[in-house]
Amino acid sequence: MTARLMQGDEACAEGAIAAGCRFFAGYPITPATDIAEVLARRLPQVGGKFIQMEDEIASMAAIIGASVGGAKAMTATSGPGFSLMQENIGYACMAEIPCVVVNVQRTGPSTGLPTSPSQGDVMQARWGTHGDHPIIVLSPFSVREAFDLTVRAFNMAEKYRTPVILLMDEMIGHMREKVELPPPETIEVVERVITSVPPEWYKAYENTPSDVPPMISFGQGYRYHITGLFHDERGFPTQRLDEIDPWIARVFRKIERNLRDILIYETDQVEDAEVVVIAYGATARSARHAVRLAREQGLRVGFLRLSTIWPFPERIVAEVAERIHRVIVPEMNLGQLALEVERVVGRRKVIRVGKANGEMIAPREILDAIGRG
Amino acid sequence: MVVKKQERESLVHERYLRHQKKFPHVWCAGCGIGIVMGAIVRAVDAVGLSNDEVAMISGIGCSGRMPVYVDFNTMHTTHGRALAFATGLKMVRPEMKVIVVMGDGDALAIGGNHFIHAARRNIGLTAIIINNNVYGMTGGQYSPTTPTHAYATTAPYGNIEQPFPICQLAEAAGAAFVARSTVYHARELSRFITQAIQKEGFSVVEAVSYCHTTYGRINKLGSAVEMMRRLKENGVSQRAFERLPEEERADKIVRGVFVDRDIPEYTQLYDQIIARAQQAVAA
Repeated sequence: MTARLMQGDEACAEGAIAAGCRFFAGYPITPATDIAEVLARRLPQVGGKFIQMEDEIASMAAIIGASVGGAKAMTATSGPGFSLMQENIGYACMAEIPCVVVNVQRTGPSTGLPTSPSQGDVMQARWGTHGDHPIIVLSPFSVREAFDLTVRAFNMAEKYRTPVILLMDEMIGHMREKVELPPPETIEVVERVITSVPPEWYKAYENTPSDVPPMISFGQGYRYHITGLFHDERGFPTQRLDEIDPWIARVFRKIERNLRDILIYETDQVEDAEVVVIAYGATARSARHAVRLAREQGLRVGFLRLSTIWPFPERIVAEVAERIHRVIVPEMNLGQLALEVERVVGRRKVIRVGKANGEMIAPREILDAIGRG
Repeated sequence: MVVKKQERESLVHERYLRHQKKFPHVWCAGCGIGIVMGAIVRAVDAVGLSNDEVAMISGIGCSGRMPVYVDFNTMHTTHGRALAFATGLKMVRPEMKVIVVMGDGDALAIGGNHFIHAARRNIGLTAIIINNNVYGMTGGQYSPTTPTHAYATTAPYGNIEQPFPICQLAEAAGAAFVARSTVYHARELSRFITQAIQKEGFSVVEAVSYCHTTYGRINKLGSAVEMMRRLKENGVSQRAFERLPEEERADKIVRGVFVDRDIPEYTQLYDQIIARAQQAVAA
């Protein structure tokens, strides 16, 4: 495939198609609208379906319904819409329904700055819905990575029967870059685990050795019940502790035991570093540049770029921090992922470079923080 | 799946209810919801559908619990959003009969927007709204169909809001089929649901019920039996209603099929979109 100029939102939409997404429900909101526009055109071309719902709550509900019907399904929104989706994201967690939710972040709270970039939804992506639950959140730093992580988001959603959030930001969503997309035959596409047992044996929430119960679509002869209530292995509501506790343990375990697959990151020059910059999303572009400038000045600075931000890669961050004095965490918020970094790096100094006013963080600001100390 | 003749002759409840596992149900003794559930499974039987080709989706509230008891593909979703979940399912499984069961608060307050938009799209779902004029499960708060001046736990001085006319709302929003009956008129209710399920497009059946536990008690309307008797007396056919003098119409519940029109169904229209898009790519 030849290189072409592409926008982050468009790369996300194409990544979804490549991953096998065949249903999209959404509601217009800048800076995520482009994803809907591309998919409204592209999905029917590949036999998929697009629907513009009456709001983001309905969009989230519709993709869950579609996933239950057997389609790989996605929605895309920005902060205000993401807030509206939270209750149904929790439903997808509880009912273990694979789906992908894209949040192209803009500056909040509320209507905020439409539409300047932000990374203000890091904590909302983790804890936006009520109750304890695991979640996977991926954050791309380039147009190409928007494509790749969308594919990975679908793969993880299907493999682990969970909603996956793709946390983009306005910078990445609206930015155009020259990208070369991988040839379709080289893209790994994962399908959900189905069952080989006959309908009368099927348990939609069975405690299987893999911790991920096979999922059968509605209409296939395996009639079962799905609910947002705590449920037994067959999906029926329960209040019994001996059924609730194993469920909670299993849904956390199915993520924790697969961290090797789920945690995506990249390190650069951390081996001899005294200072490490940890960044994700659009800010990682400024951070990468700042690290390069610092190295040119002879400073021993390394770089850890996180593509998976939830579950937070505790061990990776702790290992990198072991040999250094200071950690710099630039992000377009006033310190959200920095809280996690502070939690795992012990007594090492964590310098936050935060901004929540709609402006990108410039490499110079990160370089200043590296020099401070 | 072909249903054998012999099986068809067996009892409806054995075929369509999860009778071995899930009873007794959660509803109050004397509640009308069970009658609506009976009407639905008899309608499914009358249409001759197998369990596998039916999905029942509900929201939250007393009605939300119904899918547990029926042996279909069942889903108990979030409050007010059942139609939106059902829309996604119907889009990818257009061959399935998707029945959405809601209460008046579920369908018309928190879910009001989804209700009018599902009707506007004319997507092939059957919406059954069990109207008991109150939030029952949470203990008797006023709902969008609580009559003006009636009492509720959150309207201790009387309700000053107007109730939604469900059927007129559905008609104005674009539904293909709209009907109303009551839980007293159980056979008629089942007949209307049978018609609704067979209709291509968005079909709405308002099943007027009652809540003797909350609404009945606070408004001094008597027991379940007395509330049922009131449905019998007040539930009148369209023709009978038209013959009534104006002053006798106020408390009447008009029963009948109000809308039955042929408008293109959404998922069928979308298939044309796919054909058009694929033609454009091929060209």
